[in-house]
Amino acid sequence: MTNVDFQIVLPEVILCLFAMAALMFGVYTGKDKTAPLINWMTAGVFVLLALIIGINGAGSNEAFGGMFVDDGFSRFAKVVILISAAAILVMSERYMQKAGLLRFEYPLLIALAVVGMMVMVSAGDLIALYMGLELQSLALYVVASLRRDSVRSTEAGLKYFVLGALSSGLLLYGASLTYGFAGTTMFSGIVTAATDGHVSIGLLFGLVFILAGLAFKVSAAPFHMWTPDVYEGSPTPVTAFFATAPKMAAMGLFARVMHDAFGNVTADWSQVVAFLSVASMFLGAVAAIGQRDIKRLMAYSSIAHMGFALMGLASGTEFGVQAMLVYMAIYVTMNVGTFAFILSMERDGQVVTDISALNQLSKQQPLKALALLVLMFSLAGVPPLVGFFGKFYVLQAAVQADMAWLAVAGVIASVIGAFYYLRIVYFMYFGEETDGLDGASNPAEWALLMVSAAIMVFGVVNLFGIEGPAMAAAAALVQ
Amino acid sequence: MGLLSFILLLPLIGAAAVLLLPSAQKELIRRVALGAAGLSLLGALYLAFGFDTAAGGMQYTENLAWVPEMGMTYALGVDGIALVMVLLTTIITFCCLMATKADIKSPKGFFTWFLLLETAVIGVFCAMDWFLFFMFWEFTLIPMFFLIGVWGGARRDSASLSFFLYTLTGSVAMLLGIVAVYATVADHNFSMAVLAEAGAGLSTEMQIVIFLGFLIGLGVKMPIVPMHGWLPLAHVEAPVPASMFLSAVMLKMGAYGLFRAGVMLPEGLAWFVPILFALGVISLIYGALQALRQTDLKAMVAYSSVSHMGFVLIGLAGAGIAGFTGAVMQMVAHGFVSAALFFLVGVLYERTGTRDIRALSGIGRQVPKLALATSLTLLAAMGLPGFAGFVAEFHVIVGAFEGFGLAVLLISAGVLLTAAYSLRVIAKLFTGRPDPRHGAIGDLNASETATAVPLVGLLLLLGIIPGLALIYVSPTIAEIVTMIGR
Repeated sequence: MTNVDFQIVLPEVILCLFAMAALMFGVYTGKDKTAPLINWMTAGVFVLLALIIGINGAGSNEAFGGMFVDDGFSRFAKVVILISAAAILVMSERYMQKAGLLRFEYPLLIALAVVGMMVMVSAGDLIALYMGLELQSLALYVVASLRRDSVRSTEAGLKYFVLGALSSGLLLYGASLTYGFAGTTMFSGIVTAATDGHVSIGLLFGLVFILAGLAFKVSAAPFHMWTPDVYEGSPTPVTAFFATAPKMAAMGLFARVMHDAFGNVTADWSQVVAFLSVASMFLGAVAAIGQRDIKRLMAYSSIAHMGFALMGLASGTEFGVQAMLVYMAIYVTMNVGTFAFILSMERDGQVVTDISALNQLSKQQPLKALALLVLMFSLAGVPPLVGFFGKFYVLQAAVQADMAWLAVAGVIASVIGAFYYLRIVYFMYFGEETDGLDGASNPAEWALLMVSAAIMVFGVVNLFGIEGPAMAAAAALVQ
Repeated sequence: MGLLSFILLLPLIGAAAVLLLPSAQKELIRRVALGAAGLSLLGALYLAFGFDTAAGGMQYTENLAWVPEMGMTYALGVDGIALVMVLLTTIITFCCLMATKADIKSPKGFFTWFLLLETAVIGVFCAMDWFLFFMFWEFTLIPMFFLIGVWGGARRDSASLSFFLYTLTGSVAMLLGIVAVYATVADHNFSMAVLAEAGAGLSTEMQIVIFLGFLIGLGVKMPIVPMHGWLPLAHVEAPVPASMFLSAVMLKMGAYGLFRAGVMLPEGLAWFVPILFALGVISLIYGALQALRQTDLKAMVAYSSVSHMGFVLIGLAGAGIAGFTGAVMQMVAHGFVSAALFFLVGVLYERTGTRDIRALSGIGRQVPKLALATSLTLLAAMGLPGFAGFVAEFHVIVGAFEGFGLAVLLISAGVLLTAAYSLRVIAKLFTGRPDPRHGAIGDLNASETATAVPLVGLLLLLGIIPGLALIYVSPTIAEIVTMIGR
């Protein structure tokens, strides 16, 4: 390991070392009594690393002979991952404490998962890809079943593990085929082997298996089956985490594999991705209509949103990647806010997840209802809220890539999807009087909800300048 | 900041001010809202006085970079048509707020949403950038969704949902149209002028497909039969001021958009002309027939809107100076007619507790002012000479005759039906023997009179001196006609 290599992976190394040190600290001191401290420290380290990566990073660097790539694209994804993970940790404290789940392992498992995600989006090689993916997945299997005494949570963890293992198997099989036919695991090598007109059938098989494995990870239909159950069964802060950072990481990995390794055969995969996109958008939009449980509803919502993000990717262009990144950043922000609200859904101290509990929320908690209203309209993609910009970018990407049919499917799905977001608003403002919610948010949850809603409103001015970095990131990925 | 931004932002500032007031101060809230709408109206009048009536292009232009990477700009400007629409919007909003009592349910929310709605609609009429246009266009949905959903009648839930989903479906079709034209521009730009040039250069087939997208989006709003499904429900269930605004101003957004789309896709428009004419005639006759069979007065007014917007569409299909002029005049005339009718029906409902035409008769003696105002408005709706509606229908028929010859006889049938349902209401309500079932009914009070007089007065004024509107509209229409090459 040369010095230069080391410098490039420094953020990951820092996070690893921090996780180990904090683990020791937790074990040898008061155990779970230190959990809140470790929780906040982890969040602090995330934010710090995000700042370092965001401000300090420049240019494109490769470490370990190209296995690890640090470019604008990976930095963009890492900043989104780190910030959202920090936000989730901050807002999960009260809920976890109350549920007796705030063990010191929780933030550390999250930290390890984040290391995995950072490796994923920086992977320049199939081995690095798999390493990052598994580090992430293993940590996530554990946090999904964090509530050991709950059947639901254990079931969620088990389901996630079995299906996750299956998808990892698919991916690994695809990777081995790719290696066999390309002769290398390096993306830079695969890309020369996979050029137009010279793609061997074996390589194509490898590509398809990798695609299927990745589709599992982003929970794109028809590989989405685990999502609703895992979302419902996991403790709510864990669900919030699943809905944000890992999605960004998996999308980042998706884009990286497709463009870095198979960038010369766009036509071969863009149809598959387009199919995944359409299937996810429609499944997410239609299946969410019947849901009464807000966590399941958000699961289907996330499937639909992944469909939209994949639409950007399906276009196979640089602008498509940019659109996907913008979409994901907006999606993650909206979900942080929405889950900050869901965490505070309580009645008489009991957690409630049925959406009919939102009836007349506007009377009981006007400000929170207003914030959720903004988020729901934004998730539905109604202008002038920022959520619309995300949808607009990906539609634009599809039209520019001559995939107008995909854009048409997208807008139809978005109209269907608007219905269930609207229904939540409907419950809050026009619903009948029932026992409402009486849970109060703690300051962290409240602040995140409000900030996220404010971003959706004021982002319309210039999107907080996000498309500049996104454009640079896309340019770095697609040469 | 330019004058247009001023007019655009005043209601928004008013909305913020209303939000900050204590909920108990109901009368104050109403006054602040009226003040904001009034200032906006004054601004629009000032705009009209300073408007160069010799020029057909955009005036008062403002241009601010917004998202330069994507070529979105905050570009505002008004031409003659837009100016007239802005005037209509500000006048109608003021009348709507006048018609709102301070003691409605949660006045704070009502006035806030209403002022936000005004900003959005003015934005639609002033935007010179398709993206900005679309943002404002879509944003009109949210306030109206709440105005119907919270303050509406018994079936307000399905009314607000169907309003929202119908319009959303339509507007995403329009969005695809915008994106399709935008994708053909080399340097990223959403400017209406740039896209108009790019769109006109597209092949005829492309233009037809894209125009279809616009037609669906704009047609739902207008509404064009068979895309009118949301309208009767929304209009009937909405609270009176919202019904007034919805039919008087928001339906015009659709027709206004068709002008802009027509300039951008002239060959698409030309291909669609016969279809537009057919749809216009269908809307005209279907709306009138439906109006004739309604017993609920509000539903009757709602269907009469469908019928009148059919006239606008026929004018657009005329695609010449006469037709376009007729379309714009009809937009204005219908704006005042429908606002006045919804208002007067609302007053009647408040007094008698019924909107059923069968339950009321011979109340003319009891409520002379109400009867006079309603009768005058209905006569204007029929297009009787001396009212703005006549000027509009005259131009529309001339325009249609140029293009479609004797098919204009179909329009006559529509006019006849309009007269039938209008006269039926006048005869049933105000003449004959008073029905003993309803007791004493109070006439229009001072503030209600103050709301009704400008609406009816403007109908008469524009009927007698149509030049007041035509001087603004004519140069712009002349320019549009040359642009689409007819």
